Amino acid sequence: MLDTRKAASLESGRPLRRVGADADRDDLGGTALRFSDARLERIWAKVQAGERLDRDDGLLLFETPDLLGVGRMADWVKSRREGDRVYFVINRHITPTNVCVLSCAFCGFARRKGEPGAYEHTIEEMVAMVRDGVREVHIVGGHHPDWPFEYYERMIQAIHAAHPQVQIKAFTAAEIDYFWRRWRIEPREALTRLKAAGLQSMPGGGAEIFSPRLARLLRYTGKADADRWCEIHGIAHALGIPTNATMLYGHVETLAERVDHLLRLRAQQDASGGFLTFIPLAYQVGATRLVERPAPPTDSLRTIAVSRLLLDNFPHVEAYWVTLGEDTASVALHFGADDVNGTLEDERIQHLSGADTPAGLAREQLLRMIRDAGKVPVERDALYNVVRVYD
Amino acid sequence: MGGAAVESATLAAVRERVEAGQRLGRAEGRWLLTEAPLLEIGALAQRVRFRRLPEPVVTFVVDSNPNYTNVCVTDCQFCAFYRKPGHPEAYTLSVEEVLARVEAAAARGATTVLLQGGHNPELPLDYYLTLVRETRRRFPQVTPHFFTASEIRTMAEVSGLSVGEVLDRLWEAGQRTLPGGGAEILSARVRRRISPKKGGPEAWLEVHREAHRRGFRSTATMMYGHVETPEDVLDHLDAIRELQDLYGGFTAFVPWSFKPAHTRLEKWIKQPSGPNAYLRILAVARLYLDNVPHVQASWFSEGKRTGQIALHFGADDWGGTLFEENVHRAADFVNRITVEEIVALIREAGFTPAQRTTTYEILRVF
Repeated sequence: MLDTRKAASLESGRPLRRVGADADRDDLGGTALRFSDARLERIWAKVQAGERLDRDDGLLLFETPDLLGVGRMADWVKSRREGDRVYFVINRHITPTNVCVLSCAFCGFARRKGEPGAYEHTIEEMVAMVRDGVREVHIVGGHHPDWPFEYYERMIQAIHAAHPQVQIKAFTAAEIDYFWRRWRIEPREALTRLKAAGLQSMPGGGAEIFSPRLARLLRYTGKADADRWCEIHGIAHALGIPTNATMLYGHVETLAERVDHLLRLRAQQDASGGFLTFIPLAYQVGATRLVERPAPPTDSLRTIAVSRLLLDNFPHVEAYWVTLGEDTASVALHFGADDVNGTLEDERIQHLSGADTPAGLAREQLLRMIRDAGKVPVERDALYNVVRVYD
Repeated sequence: MGGAAVESATLAAVRERVEAGQRLGRAEGRWLLTEAPLLEIGALAQRVRFRRLPEPVVTFVVDSNPNYTNVCVTDCQFCAFYRKPGHPEAYTLSVEEVLARVEAAAARGATTVLLQGGHNPELPLDYYLTLVRETRRRFPQVTPHFFTASEIRTMAEVSGLSVGEVLDRLWEAGQRTLPGGGAEILSARVRRRISPKKGGPEAWLEVHREAHRRGFRSTATMMYGHVETPEDVLDHLDAIRELQDLYGGFTAFVPWSFKPAHTRLEKWIKQPSGPNAYLRILAVARLYLDNVPHVQASWFSEGKRTGQIALHFGADDWGGTLFEENVHRAADFVNRITVEEIVALIREAGFTPAQRTTTYEILRVF
C-alpha cells in the first residue's frame, strides 16, 4: 500500500526547516495565540497537542466570525509541516472531449454529442499539445458515450511514448467509474491497464460534495457516489497510484455537508493513505447560476484553512489559483495552503464555466504570486519530488 | 534560535502595547512592516478596529471622481493621467462642464464629488471658487470634496495668496473637506525621485495643517509600491500621526498601490505591488495610526476580492462607488461597481453595510 504521508517527506529528503516567522510560531506556542472568538481556544489546544478535530470542531471553524483565528491555526500547521515552502508544477491540462452523457447542474463545460461547441480531440492532437519543459500532464474530460476504454488506454500510451519524461496524471474516479458503467471494465482492471500504459497518478475531481441530497438536487446521481469514489481511490492507492481529492463548494451546499465531505476524505486517507493533495474548488457561477454570486474570497480562505486543520493526514492543501484568482490564491498561502497548482497551459473546464483568471499563467507570475506572500517557491513534479527551490 | 526569541518578544511587546492602548514606536513599526507574521498583525489590527468601532459595520460613500483638467506642469513620474500644456490630448473643462459632471453624479445619488485635476497655471482662483459655490448652490445634497493639496498650492501661486488665504476663500465659498491625494510618500528622498516639482513632504503637510486649523476635515492617502523603503513608509505614517495630534482633522487613512502602466516609472517598476503587501500596510496603519478614526479598503485600486479580505485586516470602510474615475483608467486600470454590489460584497465578507457621508456620518444601514 502506498502511504504518501510518509513518502512525501522521505522522497525529497527535505528536513522540516524552521526559519524566520516559522520559528517564531513555534516559540509562540501555548497561550500565545489569542482569538476574538474564545470558543477557538479549545480547538487550538487540540491542534497544538496534535489531537484530531471532530465534526463539531469543523462546524465551529466554518461558523466563527474569527476568520483570522482559523487562518492562524492553519498557518501554524502548514508552517510546522512545510516551513515557508510553497509548491508549483509546470503542467499542461488536456481535456480530450467536452462531450458528456451527464448533465450535472453545476457544469458549464459539458456538451451533447453533435451539439454546437462539442469537440473531440484525436490522440495525435493531444500528443502534440505537450511541449518541452512540461513536467506533468493533467487529463480530465467528459464521459463520452462512444469512446471505448481502449481509446483512453492508447491516449496514455501515446503520450507516454512521445514524452516519456512527462508524468501523466489522468482520469477522475468519476471517469474510472464510468468505464465500468459503460464498458463493464472493473476499476482495478482499468487502473492496472492505465498504469501499465504510463499513468502515474490520478486527479481528485468528480468528488463534488459527498451528499445524496445534493447529488439528487444537482443531478449528479449518475456519477460515482461517495462510497464508489472512495473505493476507486482506495484501489488506486493499493496499486501504487497516488491521487488527489477535491471538494466543489460555494453553491447550495451546507457547511455541515462540507465538514462531512472532509471527514469522509480523512477516513479514506486513514484507510488507504495515497492522497497527496486536497484541492477545494470554488464553484464558478458562469452560465449555470446555481447561486447569484461566487463564494467570496473570505469563504475560500476559510475553506482552505479548515481543510488544513481537519485533513491532518493529507500531505498538502492547494490554493488553486484558477478558481480563486491570483490575489486570493496568494493570500491563501497564509491560510494553510502550501501549493498553487501550476502553469496550466490550458484550462478549458473552468474557463467555459466563467473563471476570470487568464489561462496559461507563466512561471514568472506563479513565482510572483508565491513571493508576494513572502514564501519560498519550490518547483515540484506530479509526485511532489522537488525539482528546484527558488531561494 | 536567538533571533526567533527576539521576534517573539517583539510580537509580545507589540501586543502588550496595543492591548494597553499605548502608541507604537518606530522600531515596532519597522518590525510590523518587515517581519511580523501577516495574520498575527491582521488579527491585532482587527482587535483595534473593533475596540474603536464595536459594531461589525463597514461604511461606504456614494461618490464620483471627475476631473476638470488633465493639463499639468508637474511631470510626476508615477502619473499616466496628465498632459503638458498644448498637448493634443490636453483638456480643461469649463465651469458649466464640470457642474454637468457634478449633476450627473448627483442624479445617481452621489453625496460626495471628489474633484481633482492637473496643475494648470492658466486657471484663475475664481474658477475654483465658482465650482465650489455653484456646487453648493445647485446641488446642496452633494459635498464638494474638491482639490488636493498640490492644487491648492497651484491656486496660491496663480493668485499670489498664501495657502491659508486660499483655504479661507474656499471655506467662504462653502468647502469643508479636502481629499488626501498627492501625499504619495511623505519622505523627501522619495518625492525628489518621483515628483520633484511637487515639493517635499511639507508641501502636502502644510496644506492639510492649515486646513485642519481652519476646521476642514481631510483624508490622508499613501501611494506605495514604487521606490520607497520601509523607513520612508514610517516617515509617512509618523508625519500623519504627528499632524493628527495637533487638530484631529483626518477622517481616514487610504493607502493604495502604485499602478505602473504608461508612467515614466514603468521603466523600472513593471508590476504593481501585490495583495499581501496591501493587507500588511492596512494592518500596520490601523495599529500605528492610533489617532486616525478610519482605515479605508480600496476595492478600486486593489480589486474587489482583496477589498473584501481587507475588511479582516483592520479596514472599516469600503471607499466609494467612484461612478467616474480617470486617473487609474489612464494606467489601464479599470474597475466598476454599483451600490447593490457593494452591499453584497460587504455582507459576504461578514459585515453590515452602511452608507456614509464624506465625513463618515451614517446615512443608511442596509
